[in-house]
Amino acid sequence: MIEPATAPSESGTSPRVGDAVSMKGVTKRYDGGVVALGPLDFDVSKGDFVSLLGPSGCGKSTALRIIAGLSAPTSGTVRIAGGGRSIGFVFQEPTLMPWASVRDNVALPLKLAHRPRADIKGHVEPALARVGLAEFAAAYPRELSGGMKMRVSLARALVTDPDILLMDEPFAALDEITRFRLNNDLLALWRDLRKTVIFVTHSVFESVYLSRRVVVMTPRPGRISAEHCIDTVEPRDEDFRTSAEYAAYCREVSAALSRAAGRP
Amino acid sequence: MTVSASSSPAGSEASERDRRAPVARVLLPVAVLGAGVLAWHFVVRIYAIPPYVLPGPMLVAATLVQDWPILWQSLLTTLLTTAEGFAAAAVGGIVLALLFNQSKWLEHALLPYAIILQVTPVIAIAPLLLIYLPQQTAVVVCAWIVAFFPVLSNTTLGLNSVDRNLEGMFRLYGASRLQALRYLKLPAALPYILGGLRIAGGLSLIGAVVAEIAAGSAGAGSGLAYRIAESGYRLNIPRMFAALLLLSVAGIVIYMGLAAVSHLMLRRWHESALRKEN
Repeated sequence: MIEPATAPSESGTSPRVGDAVSMKGVTKRYDGGVVALGPLDFDVSKGDFVSLLGPSGCGKSTALRIIAGLSAPTSGTVRIAGGGRSIGFVFQEPTLMPWASVRDNVALPLKLAHRPRADIKGHVEPALARVGLAEFAAAYPRELSGGMKMRVSLARALVTDPDILLMDEPFAALDEITRFRLNNDLLALWRDLRKTVIFVTHSVFESVYLSRRVVVMTPRPGRISAEHCIDTVEPRDEDFRTSAEYAAYCREVSAALSRAAGRP
Repeated sequence: MTVSASSSPAGSEASERDRRAPVARVLLPVAVLGAGVLAWHFVVRIYAIPPYVLPGPMLVAATLVQDWPILWQSLLTTLLTTAEGFAAAAVGGIVLALLFNQSKWLEHALLPYAIILQVTPVIAIAPLLLIYLPQQTAVVVCAWIVAFFPVLSNTTLGLNSVDRNLEGMFRLYGASRLQALRYLKLPAALPYILGGLRIAGGLSLIGAVVAEIAAGSAGAGSGLAYRIAESGYRLNIPRMFAALLLLSVAGIVIYMGLAAVSHLMLRRWHESALRKEN
């Protein structure tokens, strides 16, 4: 059972209506005394697509795990609209069960929630279709490419129809062609489903391409150093990736990342 | 010298070797067996060794056929003991590992004794067990003592080798302990459990044989090991060899059977059961 620090009983200002996630003064210190995070103040409005951008080890994944309730903050409060039961998580690795078929992997969250079998089937098939893997339902993970495994992982995160989708560098291990395709697919999903997405990455280019808000973090302990809104014509496509506007945004965010790391 | 000469032209020859490998893996041991039996036969003939010292392979085969009714009954007895010991070891090892996994206290309390049972030679325990237990029970307990530890330690290793991210995902979706055990830990541990069972199969045969030997002529048992001991007293050396042959074959069949079960259960997903080309 998850008992995240999301209970509305805790003191502090109530979150703004329309915030999907609200973090106040969140810090994380590990047992060894290493301060990994914060203090972090961070709000995400419903339906937004936000990237957490920072160097390796800056605690951005830790922040994501705290939001998901997989890790408890050392101090501070985390509030999640709907109490945190409605979260989908995509790990850096596909994190599939190798002994189960694609269908069973995607069905897992529903099975754990004791949903009836017919109901599970009714959700798994559309989720697989949405990521373009309908005909691979009976395959085993080892029979799939890296990109396809990631799609399965995405389908599993979406199968419970969560309000918030947390993604921890999901495409970092993929080749560029696959990554670009999955970027476009993710944007299409986001436009269709209007989930709140928090996307952790260390790639300036990926964060600018995907998100409406890029949050730049400092090296450990991670804090917010700068924020950039990417206001451009929607829907974004390959034209945006090659546009001068995209290049300008990337330059701007890249400079912010250097400043955050203490380099001029 | 010959090694370096034959392995120097690599490349195409290497792939040819790979293609011939399965044939070689079957034919080579068979050829070695044939050569060994032939050498045995001629050594016995040329030096005119009497059968009560070393019977030739033909005589052993003839004894096997002639004594088949007795040997077959004994084989069944030994196999039954082995199966009982193996079943007890499998259930005991897996259940104990699951309990250890759920409670560290239990593990700290009991693991040292499991290790003591394992490191004390069973041949030394068997005579004691034969004093306190009915003979058939003592024999099964011996088989169990020898065989359960590999199951316990392999299952424990498997249960502790679960992918941390998968564990996090189960937590995220609110899995109960029972669900995590059934859908995550047991399947993840399955390759390890099967590896432990494969070792336990051969060991339970050894345990059964050791206990039968220890019971010796004092017992009313009629297992294959008892036949070997009995034939030894009577200097019926050909029958000793025939019984020994049956024991070896039984061991090989048990191992191959368990390996086949393991392969069938893992072939869809586990690296160990996949062909190299993949």
